[in-house]
Amino acid sequence: MGRADRPFGNVSIGIVMNKQRDDDGIVLTEAQKRAQRSRSIAIALALAALVILFYVMTLVKGPGVLVRPI
Amino acid sequence: MSLVSAGADFRGPLAAGASLAEPSLATVGDYLALMKPRVMSLVVFTALVGLAVAPGSLHPVTSFTALLCIAVGAGAAGALNMWYDADVDALMTRTSRRPVPTGRVQPGEALAFGLTLGSFAVVVLGLLVNWLAAALLAFTIFFYVVIYTVWLKRSTPQNIVIGGAAGAFPPMIGWVAATGSLSLEPVLLFLIIFFWTPPHFWALALYRTEDYARAGIPMLPVVAGDASTRWQILLYTSILVPLGIAPWLFGFTGALYGMTAAATGVIMLALGWQVLRERRPAERASRNLFAFSILYLFLLFAVLLVERGWGGLIVRLAT
Repeated sequence: MGRADRPFGNVSIGIVMNKQRDDDGIVLTEAQKRAQRSRSIAIALALAALVILFYVMTLVKGPGVLVRPI
Repeated sequence: MSLVSAGADFRGPLAAGASLAEPSLATVGDYLALMKPRVMSLVVFTALVGLAVAPGSLHPVTSFTALLCIAVGAGAAGALNMWYDADVDALMTRTSRRPVPTGRVQPGEALAFGLTLGSFAVVVLGLLVNWLAAALLAFTIFFYVVIYTVWLKRSTPQNIVIGGAAGAFPPMIGWVAATGSLSLEPVLLFLIIFFWTPPHFWALALYRTEDYARAGIPMLPVVAGDASTRWQILLYTSILVPLGIAPWLFGFTGALYGMTAAATGVIMLALGWQVLRERRPAERASRNLFAFSILYLFLLFAVLLVERGWGGLIVRLAT
């Protein structure tokens, strides 16, 4: 950005930043990012636990796991 | 009923203020709080007893899976209850710090969380344990959320009498998870919790009357007054105590359970009588009954667990 772009101090810079914000959509605050990260980790752990649970239960049930009344 | 409409009026502003457009600040702890961990622990304990006293043997991993699904199902019901009741929760001292009324969790997030957890709990229980237990769990969640929370809680002073059934189902689900069928024993366990619920919650409501009245919840002391509630507490306690002894009378349990049920039953009746006799404010007697009722239920189920469940397991391992 050249000098000619900021004849009114910081005004033109502010406009550019607002434009960038519009393009990027909603910008998360640090607190929101931290909360989102902790929720994502919790979901990942829950899904991993579910996979392990199904794996162990398959071993426990043995070959009979596929035998079930319809 | 004016109380009901007063409670319902508060839903508007809260629902209008809730927006999913704002990125959430909810933490994992907030979501755990949505699951009502204290209620969940009681549900898991009673379900564990139902599972342990059932005849036959279930693989420990399958037992763990059943308890996990029951716990998650209870958590889902808690989250859906907090979603629907956010307006009245905001008005009561005891519940105003919950995640939805404080705005830490948006109502839509609580709804999605509850529906997702509930669906997972039922399907996983059905796939990995058995479908009768899964159907009972689904019915329990439906009963607590739709029958109790949405319908009864705001419309009748009998809300916790009928709604109490939701809290009484877990030992039955545990039993069905272990056996795949129902019999008289789990029905007795159901009846004990069912008749325990009214004296327990009415004792609480007696010293929280203003809280419930402010929120527009037609609890018995709010609608019928203190005197009527005290009589009802004694009536339900009088039904509860013989029911507590019934498993021993039917020969399902040993002498230790019979003596525990009789001794703690006498104390329950004495405390119920004290609540009836104490004039305003009945707070001390009500608090005593409320606190002891928790110990009463815990003792009955703990002795049952030792005598029929873990006790038998220890004996089998030793011989």
